[in-house]
Amino acid sequence: MTRSLVLAEVVDGVLAPVTAQAVTAAVSLGGEVVLALVAQDPQSLVPDASLIGVTEIVTVAVPGSDRDHEQSLAAAAALVADVQPDQVIAGFTIRSSAFAAALGHKLDLGVITDAIAVYRDDSQNLVATRSIYAGRVRAHVVIDGARPGIVLVRPSIWEPADPGGSPVVRVLTVEIPTSRVRTIELVRPSGGVDLSSADVIFSIGRGAGSQENVANFAAMAAKLGVALGASRPIIDAGWLPAAHQVGQTGSTVKPRLYVAFGISGALHHLAGMQNSRTIVVVNSDRNAPLFDNADIGAIEDIHDVIEQLTLLA
Amino acid sequence: MKVLVCVTQTLEVSTYIELTPDGCAIDPAFATALVNEADLCAVEEALVLVEADGGGEVVLVSVGEEGAEQALRSALSLGPERAVRVWGEGVVLADTRSVAGALLACIESEAPDLVLTGVQSSDTGAQSVGPALAAMWGVACVPVGRRLSTSDSTLRLEREFEAGLVERVEVDLPALVTVQVGANTPRYGSFKDKMRAKKADISVVAPSTLPPSRITLTRMEAAPTGSGRSLELIEGGPSAVATRIMDLVREAQS
Ligand SMILES: Cc1cc2nc3c(=O)[nH]c(=O)nc-3n(C[C@H](O)[C@H](O)[C@H](O)COP(=O)(O)OP(=O)(O)OC[C@H]3O[C@@H](n4cnc5c(N)ncnc54)[C@H](O)[C@@H]3O)c2cc1C
Ligand SMILES: Nc1ncnc2c1ncn2[C@@H]1O[C@H](COP(=O)(O)O)[C@@H](O)[C@H]1O
Repeated sequence: MTRSLVLAEVVDGVLAPVTAQAVTAAVSLGGEVVLALVAQDPQSLVPDASLIGVTEIVTVAVPGSDRDHEQSLAAAAALVADVQPDQVIAGFTIRSSAFAAALGHKLDLGVITDAIAVYRDDSQNLVATRSIYAGRVRAHVVIDGARPGIVLVRPSIWEPADPGGSPVVRVLTVEIPTSRVRTIELVRPSGGVDLSSADVIFSIGRGAGSQENVANFAAMAAKLGVALGASRPIIDAGWLPAAHQVGQTGSTVKPRLYVAFGISGALHHLAGMQNSRTIVVVNSDRNAPLFDNADIGAIEDIHDVIEQLTLLA
Repeated sequence: MKVLVCVTQTLEVSTYIELTPDGCAIDPAFATALVNEADLCAVEEALVLVEADGGGEVVLVSVGEEGAEQALRSALSLGPERAVRVWGEGVVLADTRSVAGALLACIESEAPDLVLTGVQSSDTGAQSVGPALAAMWGVACVPVGRRLSTSDSTLRLEREFEAGLVERVEVDLPALVTVQVGANTPRYGSFKDKMRAKKADISVVAPSTLPPSRITLTRMEAAPTGSGRSLELIEGGPSAVATRIMDLVREAQS
């Protein structure tokens, strides 16, 4: 029988949604599913982590924060030694990516990140499917069947496992080394806009070209009463505050209408807006990947369209 | 200070693609090759650090064949002194651990104070080579970093998490940082640097030992088109587009 070790994603002491999705991925492989909770107070996470399909929960109490990836590495290595899984599954997130490859090196295991499917082939090898080249290609990667593999699963692909399971809970004690990465300060994003509750979002990307264009766009959005989103380069350029960023490292949004102006549709951006009800894209390049993920598209210069919109606003 | 920057070539593929006969790569006719965006940010970060440190050297390294050579020449045009290409039998480019193992050979001969990689390859995005390489080298890794500065042998920087969370951290050198896309605006290099990059002598080193490859890319296929959404294109020019968008906005707001 196969056994999966799922490493929970803990953010600010709370179980992140990708954990329940990773459990579903593990359950689909059959066998036992052991869910590991590595946190300062792992016991407090047990109720949320008691998901259907989880056979056992192993808690590891650690001194540092959930951002300490050297701590995560030490805990994960001890968990693999203890649980002896056939596969280790975690979310493809910044926290997990920070240690997964190091874990692969330390234990001599194959690592596949950003998987959108996992299964066992006819020879019982673990196979993960990756979506690459802006989502245009699927690559099938096999982990040598003789050894466990580490798979990081892309968020929002698997349905979350339901609460209401009754797994056995067990404590594992792990010696944690002091991290070589020392925290000086934690900076939380400044507020200002709440994109998560907006019905309509107009989002602007690198196609805007200048700060002045972004300012004009912001004025038009305000006049129409729609929320203002942006892709990351706009934030990096300092043209809008970070609270406007949509995507993996920004906000996840689900408006009724999302209109993207001059945004190419990188996976990191899609991660934050692909569940919007209606997606409209305005881009002069028909080859932009966002067209593959939109309901309505216009192959136009955004400046011309914004000029026309301003007349109607 | 000596900074080693790992650069790689990435492919931008067209909407319609064909694969190579073995089914494991994109037919080059359907792709445009570029230097990985995050790696250019890493090069820029390295150049600024060395300038601020009052001297030193920025050395580039790439694992691969012609693609690696092209990536190194393009990145050299930003101004780094030298470039090294790593290639040899047994290197598996589709296995990030194998790539990291090959890069380690260069670290051993160059003995840098700091190694920078990009946060990820924009086309196949594993976010793995940097963390794997740091583990092999035995130094601390700071992923998704920006705003690097050094004083004595301490490196300070910001690292980023989801939802806009930023942590300011410090580590002792030597260390490895994976530089975030958009961390800076990479310079365009001078004409002189461009000419130098064209003619530069790029040495090739073979990795001595490589980690065993535990994964195999068995096949690729074109993704099923569409995301469950079917695209309707608006015709009729900018004013027709604006009118349609306004209709959609009113409907969604009502
Ligand atoms: C770990 C990590 C996390 C990230 N997190 C995020 C995130 O949360 N959010 C995010 O957005 N990105 C994120 N990124 C960056 C992401 O990978 C892309 O680089 C970014 O989304 C690209 O933004 P863009 O589409 O605006 O720019 P580009 O990709 O440069 O696209 C600009 C588009 O505008 C079009 N265009 C240009 N001029 C015009 C014009 N006049 N009229 C019409 N169209 C025009 C072009 O055809 C192009 O398609 C992250 C990256 C990494 C590595
Ligand atoms: N073949 C390669 N040669 C040199 N550096 C590489 C290579 N592949 C990846 N890298 C580096 O590792 C980073 C992360 O790549 P990846 O793990 O593929 O997402 C890239 O931004 C590069 O800096």
